[in-house]
Formats: sequence, structure tokens, C-alpha cells
Amino acid sequence: MKLGILINEGPYQHQASDTALQYVKAAIQKGHEIYRVFFYNDGVNNATRLATPPQDDRNITKEWSALAKNHNIDLVVCVAAAQRRGILDKGEAERNGKDSDNIEEGFRISGLGQLVEAGIQSDRLITFGD
Amino acid sequence: MSEDAIIKKFMYVNRKSPYGTIYALESLEVVLITAAFDQDVSLTFTDDGVYQLMKDQKTDGIGMKNFSSTYAALGDYEIKKIFVDKESLDERGLSLSDLQELVWEDEDEDYAEKSSINLVSRADLSKIMNEQDIVMSF
Repeated sequence: MKLGILINEGPYQHQASDTALQYVKAAIQKGHEIYRVFFYNDGVNNATRLATPPQDDRNITKEWSALAKNHNIDLVVCVAAAQRRGILDKGEAERNGKDSDNIEEGFRISGLGQLVEAGIQSDRLITFGD
Repeated sequence: MSEDAIIKKFMYVNRKSPYGTIYALESLEVVLITAAFDQDVSLTFTDDGVYQLMKDQKTDGIGMKNFSSTYAALGDYEIKKIFVDKESLDERGLSLSDLQELVWEDEDEDYAEKSSINLVSRADLSKIMNEQDIVMSF
């Protein structure tokens, strides 16, 4: 089955992203296709590479990044939600006159149309949020 | 758009009050984009989400942008199926007259304005949700 994933909560504060990670891993193991993972609301905070959780804790952002690399998963961060919360790639940082970017490798910033497209193209759209 | 051939039923379920969290505002943003993709869009307002449609909202005192006028524009985006959970209104001592009037223009009837709001019971809402392809909850 082709699956779209929507994550609406940030890491650590909320379990949504952890659960989504486990779900995506299990789905891949069962042979399902992940069409796209879309990060919205505070979910965009999953994409910052500057987060430094304690060493004996999980690093959710790194886990997403590794999963994306190993299984070629499209991780998309909503541009409008990201701008509000200070999640920037190089292009966005330059366009908005900011002195740095902070997006983790494997994530890309794009518009909400990518979420709608994931809904249209996937067999199921699964939301992880509050 | 390559997606033109596929039209799915998207329902957005709004459950939170308008300014306590950002969900209401960011839900509205996805709703407008989905309409631009020519999909079959409907909205549900339930639980504290019914407060999103209250008329005469004033936000000066809390320093936040009043986005409630955007709901009135939904008709212009061909979004004409708005479901309001009757029990949620009742539980809060509200009635339809406390909410904004939301309308769409019917081209086939000389652009007559028709109400977009449907007051529905939870039992009916559950049936309508079952008919959807995609349900996103904010």
C-alpha cells in the first residue's frame, strides 16, 4: 500500500514523531511504500539539525534523516509553518536575510501543496498529532 | 495540474478554540490550498472548534491577528460543505445565531446566496466522516 504520513507535533514534547518513526519503519518492513512524510504545525521542529538531546536519549531528527537516506523517503517540511518557527534551508535563509540555516540533511522545505498531493496520490494518509 | 483527474473527498476536522493554539489558523491554510487543487473539500467544527466560527471576534486585547473573516471567504473557494456539531454547540450554550453566516453563490440559480453551514448531530457526523477519503484533524 502507498502511504502518506502527516506529523503535526514537534519532537520530545509529544510522542507523535516517535510513533510515526516506528510506524514508518514497520510499514517499510511489511513492504509498504512511503509516498511522503509531511511535517506541519510544530512538526516542522523535527527538522532542525541544531537540536542536541542528551547522549543517552534518542535523536529523533537524526533517526528521520537516517531512515530517509536508507529508504529514499521524501521528508517535506511546510514552508509557511517553518518560517514562523525558524526552520530554514540555505535558500530560505538567504531570501529572508537570516544569518544561518538549520535544516537537517534529508529534509526539504516546500509548500502545503505537497501535503495535498500526498493525500491524492497515497492509498492512505495517516496523521500523527494531538 | 497532473492531479486533475483524481478528485478525493477531503474533510478537515477543527476541534480547538481559535486563539489558544495555532491549529485553527494553520488548518485554514491547508483548507485553502486543498481547494486550489480542485478537491472535494468539507469542514467540520466540533468540540471547542465551534468557537472558531463565533461572530464579532475581537483580538486586540490578546495581540493576535483576527483571522475570522477568512471563513467568510470559503464560499469563494467553492467550499460549501461546513458541518457544525450540534451537541458541541449545545454543551457550550451556543446556537447557530452566535456564529458567522457563511454562504456560497449558486451559479445555476443566478448566483443566489446559500448557506454553507449544516447543523448536524454527532451520529450523522460519524456517517459523513465515513464517506471521506481523507480526514485531517486539527
